[in-house]
Amino acid sequence: MTLSTLLTIAVPEIIILIAAMSVLLLGVFYKNTTSLFGITQLTLLIAAYFTAQLPIDVKLTAFNEMFIADSLSMFLKLLSYFALSLVLIYSRSFLQSRNLHNGEFYALTLFALLGINLIISSYHLLSIYMGLELLSLSLYTLVAFDRNRPEATEAAMKYFVLGAVASGFLLYGFSMLYGITGSLQIAEISSRLSDTSINPVVLSFALVFVVVGIAFKFGAAPFQLWVPDVYQGSATPITMFIGSVPKFASVAMLIRLLFQGLDHMVLDWQAMLLIMAIVSMLFGNITAIAQTKIKRLLAYSAISHVGFMFLGLATGTITGIASALMYIAVYVLMTLASFGLIIHLSNQGKELDQITDLSGLGKQKPWCAFLLLLIFLSLAGIPPTIGFYAKFSIIQATIQFGWIWPAVIAVMSALIGIFYYLRIIKVAYFDEPGKNLNQVSKSSNNELSVTLSINTISLLIIGLFPSSLMDIATLTSALIF
Amino acid sequence: MTLMKLYTLIPMMPLIASIVIGLFGRQLPKVFSHLIPIVLVLGSFLLSLYALYISYHGYVFNENLFRWMTVGQYDLNIGFMVDNLTALMMSVVTFVSLMVHIYTIEYMENDPGYSRFFSFISLFTFAMLMLVMSNNFLQLFFGWEAVGLVSYLLIGFWYKKPTAIHANMKAFLVNRVGDFGFLLGIALIMFYFGTLDYKEVFSRVDTLAGQEFMLMGSSVSLVTLISILLFIGAMGKSAQVPLHVWLPDSMEGPTPISALIHAATMVTAGIFLVTRVSPIVELSNTALSLILIVGSITALFMGILGIFQNDIKRVVAYSTLSQLGYMTIALGVSSYSLAMFHLFTHAFFKALLFLGAGSVIIGMHHDQNIMNMGNLKKYMPITWITFLLATLALVGMPFFSGFYSKESIIEAVKYSEIVGSSFAYFAAVFGVFITSLYSFRLYFIVFHGEERWRNKPISHNHHDHGLTTNQSPHETTWVVIMPLILLAIPSVLIGFFTIEPIIKSSFLLKDIFILNSHLALSQVTEHFHGPINMALHALATLPFWLMVLGFIVAYLLYYKNINFIKTPKILKKVMDHKYGFDNFNEYILAPLTIRLGNVLWKYMDIKIIDNFFVNGSAKTINLFSHITKKIQTGFISQYAFVMVIGLLLFISYFILGGKS
Repeated sequence: MTLSTLLTIAVPEIIILIAAMSVLLLGVFYKNTTSLFGITQLTLLIAAYFTAQLPIDVKLTAFNEMFIADSLSMFLKLLSYFALSLVLIYSRSFLQSRNLHNGEFYALTLFALLGINLIISSYHLLSIYMGLELLSLSLYTLVAFDRNRPEATEAAMKYFVLGAVASGFLLYGFSMLYGITGSLQIAEISSRLSDTSINPVVLSFALVFVVVGIAFKFGAAPFQLWVPDVYQGSATPITMFIGSVPKFASVAMLIRLLFQGLDHMVLDWQAMLLIMAIVSMLFGNITAIAQTKIKRLLAYSAISHVGFMFLGLATGTITGIASALMYIAVYVLMTLASFGLIIHLSNQGKELDQITDLSGLGKQKPWCAFLLLLIFLSLAGIPPTIGFYAKFSIIQATIQFGWIWPAVIAVMSALIGIFYYLRIIKVAYFDEPGKNLNQVSKSSNNELSVTLSINTISLLIIGLFPSSLMDIATLTSALIF
Repeated sequence: MTLMKLYTLIPMMPLIASIVIGLFGRQLPKVFSHLIPIVLVLGSFLLSLYALYISYHGYVFNENLFRWMTVGQYDLNIGFMVDNLTALMMSVVTFVSLMVHIYTIEYMENDPGYSRFFSFISLFTFAMLMLVMSNNFLQLFFGWEAVGLVSYLLIGFWYKKPTAIHANMKAFLVNRVGDFGFLLGIALIMFYFGTLDYKEVFSRVDTLAGQEFMLMGSSVSLVTLISILLFIGAMGKSAQVPLHVWLPDSMEGPTPISALIHAATMVTAGIFLVTRVSPIVELSNTALSLILIVGSITALFMGILGIFQNDIKRVVAYSTLSQLGYMTIALGVSSYSLAMFHLFTHAFFKALLFLGAGSVIIGMHHDQNIMNMGNLKKYMPITWITFLLATLALVGMPFFSGFYSKESIIEAVKYSEIVGSSFAYFAAVFGVFITSLYSFRLYFIVFHGEERWRNKPISHNHHDHGLTTNQSPHETTWVVIMPLILLAIPSVLIGFFTIEPIIKSSFLLKDIFILNSHLALSQVTEHFHGPINMALHALATLPFWLMVLGFIVAYLLYYKNINFIKTPKILKKVMDHKYGFDNFNEYILAPLTIRLGNVLWKYMDIKIIDNFFVNGSAKTINLFSHITKKIQTGFISQYAFVMVIGLLLFISYFILGGKS
């Protein structure tokens, strides 16, 4: 393989790396953060361009088959760029008003993106781990970014310690896999596992440790405990980032390791994923009911959404993957919109925190209230928003696979979930206005509100015409194998 | 531009108009509220004519625009099929819609909901076009519901008027009954064919023959069941007995929509539907007989009611019911093209009658009671002459458009041998007399005789509409008159010029399926010797003289005021109660339903569902959520502990569960 092919495949990552380092250096002596914002957005655009240049129907590998470019990597990478771009637009005014808007933020998000890209394109246990650590370290730092707030530092500490434990689990699983198969390369692991002489107990241990490591990154129950604290403790833009873009890396990691590497163990990891899916859906939705803080509520909502994704993936079928890919894209779009709305409604010093802070929104800011209505209807999965179609396709894949009861539980848990989503809408529209909203300044800039509006309306538009997104997801998942 | 884009543009233009006016109508100057919809609907009309031109030359367009979604193995598509049948409907819909758009400028001039009204009627045009242009049952159903929705919104347009709200609720509920049947029919089609695409369903329709379906323990022919279910949908929308009760009340809405929705287009959707599914309906003689009998009852008995109405719009509404009955009769004797023909001519003269009635209403300052009118001929000459032309078309005066379509239907019934055709023939022929009677009654009372408003008791109620005794009505302006004239032309002429292609050539027939054993239409074709011969021959037939008789009776009773027959009290009572359909619904059906609802509510809802399932499970879940919340202690050590426990559980699941 020539150097030029190597470069073509990895060119988006190289660009991101260069951009991340440049932004880091520029940020030191160059205080015009607006241009750093521009550079980062431009980087995303260029990276997206080069990613889109790669062929979708051919699997290209590089660096001794450590690195792969296929349909999955293209789908997830493009979504990551898009999501990060939105995150940056939403974050800017918030960070500026809190004196957090500096070069480090952009450098850290770019490094995190590099980690995400690496994980997405990894075809080797070591490169997966490398990408994962690059992502995680960036995230820990980002959580502690608002270092003057004790909650942020505390959240970062918890995230770091628990993340380290999870990384330990994952590494331990990797080492056992290496011990059994003698290889770290995913395709090779897969082919060597077909050998029947392998010790099944060790293999089970390896599988459990790997799956638990992945589940932690997703925030699936019972490995979800970091999620609410980190969501609540971080500054809202950081929460938005953590809740959205890294999920693409998690799903890639799951598909690469379980579907491509441990595909012979499908019956075993299927059971694990199914259990975690059910526990996550029920735990997330039930616990969310008792929440009074909006970010915490969204954290539990995220856990339940991960449960839905796991349910689709647990089927192990192409339709299952397709529905999960659809779900994750939709989920990220909804997450961005919901946190975007929180940022939009937060003003200097005072963040939107309690659910009751939203009361009277319908009268004071009808358009915001309408956007809120759409976002939460979509999160709840009520047609004609896209959230409905996403849940629908997961449940459909589950039933097609023959799992009736898991599908019933999914519907029941979604039903429970509707309660707390609708409660927020009820507070916004029917409760008497509190005094909090009056303080909400009109300083929110236009680019934020326009982006938010487009983002939210797209939930409705895609919901009315879901087939094109679903087609892309189906195509992507069909080309993975 | 490809044909697909062109056809997409046809429904899109009214939709765009509707959205723009609906969202920004109040901000824009008032003139845009009518200008934008009129221009776009005009464009839509011109393109529809082009579509008619293309399909007339034999090109049937059938393509999917996009796949809306996939459910399992079923693809749900949005697409268009434009054959002659569709193109004809499109042209009628857009033409009448255009006329009504123009007419509305004056009719709604001082209404605060001016732009809202235009937004609704454009939206209606879009929905109706989607309905007729559909190439599958799903889109048809969406269009069907959408026109129903807009009809609901427009009947209750004056939402502060309690009668209007009552009427739109009634229309909504009655249509729900029909739609339920329709939806079941569609579901059966989906179940047996696995697709909702017209072309595929119709190509495999012969596999239905002989199939049985178990319904409540007894087996019924599948094709009959599907046909009847679909026809129940048609009955709701096309207001056939007993689902007709909503149409007279729908006159509470503004007159332009009575012309557009409740005369020319939406109510004919049922006729269009049955024509479209002719390959299915044809296979079931039982269904055809049912259609025929329902149509006959509607045609005759609803016409009789028209004689006893004093509200100008209600007379025309009962006339619409009766004419829809004629179309249904034509469907019942497998003469689908004749039903479409009558639909086509009826759209023009009935829209004209309604718009003429609206013009009268404007002249009378929104008084609709014909007993306050009289001698309007003197004050509103153009309204008078166009109204007269429409009346002549309606009663079936030879050479007028209504004559050709109605006479062909009567002919077809005569030749039909299906069960119920003798009753239908009686109903259709006697109906001619009835039609003539109520039409000329209305005409003489409104346009001739004394000027009754001059001696009506003086009302001190300021909310009362109408002229005071010393005012005179005057002719409306050109925006009202122009549509009247433009509609009068086809009302008079179109039958003469189109009967030949419809009866002789296969203009519509190639889009319709008729079994060879159903001879009625081919007999009509055989006995047809040109429009002039047909009109001259009519002078020697019974329907013509019945029509003349109706005219004479109306002339004596309402022009000369000779009361040579007295309506028996009992008959008058029956008529006042409109055969008791409303009473039945109001005093028997509704209370029973409410009582049943009460029982279900008290025992099922409150005791079982509310207390046990809803509140019970809500309480349980709430309890759980406060327990699970406690897991979140905030201590890292405990979090890590939980993680390790989870890990151990999974490992023991594999080791102890003997999985490995």
